[in-house]
Amino acid sequence: MLDDFFVRALIAGIGVALIAGPLGCFIVWQRLAYFGDTLAHAALLGVALAFLLEVNITATVFFVSATVAILLLLLQKRAGLSSDALLGLLSHSALALGLVVLAFMGSVRFDLMGLLFGDILSVSKADIAMIYGGGLAVLLILISIWRRLFAATVSPELAEAEGMRPEIANIVFMLLMAMVIAIAMKIVGVLLITALLIVPAATARRFATGPEQMAVLSALIGAVAVIGGLSGSLRWDTPSGPSIVVAAMVLFILSLSSAIRRLTKRSETREGLLK
Amino acid sequence: MTITQNPIASLSNAGVYRDSKWLVRGIEFDIQRGEIVTLIGPNGSGKSTTAKMVLGLQKPSEGKVTRLQGVRVGYVPQKLHVDWTLPLTVRRLMTLTTRLSGSEIAKALERTGIAHLVAAEVRHLSGGEFQRAMLARAIARKPDLLVLDEPVQGVDFTGELALYELISSIRNELGCGILLISHDLHVVMAATDQVICLNGHVCCKGTPSAVAESPEYMKLFGTRASSGLAVYQHHHDHTHLPDGTVRHADGTVTEHCHPDDGHHDHGADQPKTTDDPSHA
Repeated sequence: MLDDFFVRALIAGIGVALIAGPLGCFIVWQRLAYFGDTLAHAALLGVALAFLLEVNITATVFFVSATVAILLLLLQKRAGLSSDALLGLLSHSALALGLVVLAFMGSVRFDLMGLLFGDILSVSKADIAMIYGGGLAVLLILISIWRRLFAATVSPELAEAEGMRPEIANIVFMLLMAMVIAIAMKIVGVLLITALLIVPAATARRFATGPEQMAVLSALIGAVAVIGGLSGSLRWDTPSGPSIVVAAMVLFILSLSSAIRRLTKRSETREGLLK
Repeated sequence: MTITQNPIASLSNAGVYRDSKWLVRGIEFDIQRGEIVTLIGPNGSGKSTTAKMVLGLQKPSEGKVTRLQGVRVGYVPQKLHVDWTLPLTVRRLMTLTTRLSGSEIAKALERTGIAHLVAAEVRHLSGGEFQRAMLARAIARKPDLLVLDEPVQGVDFTGELALYELISSIRNELGCGILLISHDLHVVMAATDQVICLNGHVCCKGTPSAVAESPEYMKLFGTRASSGLAVYQHHHDHTHLPDGTVRHADGTVTEHCHPDDGHHDHGADQPKTTDDPSHA
């Protein structure tokens, strides 16, 4: 079964969606969309360095993204600049550095499009093993810091006052993000990773009544988007990564209309109760 | 309420310096178990900053702040914004930092009078309901130290009195120390053990009646004395009980409130009274 490239792509994509969903919820809650982009841009530098030094791409991407994340934390404490200015600074510095490093390797046959938009159809069995192994580790760690991280999300001060050590939870979360970017890059590409994190979470928000429920829902919605997007890309011969994001977007739009319907139904029952 | 030797939290000559000025300086007080300490003072006088030092959220730039090891803290911050993107029910808010059983949650919400809102989304609550939820959350943790930063903001007048009554009964029940920030001396005075009046520094402190009579206090609030409410609050040292008698700040109960010695008559304003802790 795994010999079919399409089945491998499906399994890999669903795996990534299951990890991205819960983490994406925190990205949405903490308003960190631009942070996701910054790490993704740092990932490009990671890839370039991996080619230059001839080392494992995923490990290098993780390392570079994690470094940028920690750098951000340090700069936030020190510098007087606002967070969004710091993110822009780090994001584009990393991107520019990555492109410069890439230019040094003119002779290397390099699939820039695959890097930017993902190359899910060339996923190997080893890739799948890494996605599920790494993904399982990410999810287990996330579950172990869940309560702290959620408390820190609602109110860092409250969490700290009541002994939840929010700074530790936030550092672990940033490392998990770096891991997910490293893992997901191959599936949707550097440019669209943030979309895979945010869009399913935003869709899940309309149905969720609790944070845990929203995390599970966004994982499932992401998986549906992967299935839909890959099927579409096979049928209409469109690039797979963007197709997945388009499918996620379609789900979001559908959720908008169903949420509107639900709202009107609720107000009708309320009126009915009043009578 | 048995141990009084080791204070739960202690500030000695503590101050915070930020952006080339002192937010507060020379703060000195202890919070004992079973004691209610109330911080009052005008806006920007450093009440919240002082509370944050007690909580360890703000390191003192000078002086020392100590807390007993392993103290369990319950905190109601002055402001908390819950974003639309966060699906958060009151039930989930209750377990934000503590694991609680359903009955513990129900009991705490019952005490603050919003048991019916357990399944409501936090962002749909009114200001007063939200404060009640936050207070319920803090007391459900069974804290050793309860820090309440203007806990009754947005709560209506009767509700305010009931919540103050609840806060003093929580103190009696858990024996916890309570740091209460208030700009409303009028109600706080009845239940509190120690009032600390801040204005960038400790302007005066002591029992409620001692503070109300101190010249520093008069001076600090004197400029606002032209506003009727301020005068009314500061001269208020007696409470009209439901049976028509009057209880004074020193705990004595008389038939009338002596309008000739400068006190205002305001029995109609006060439908309900708080319990004096000295009787509890």
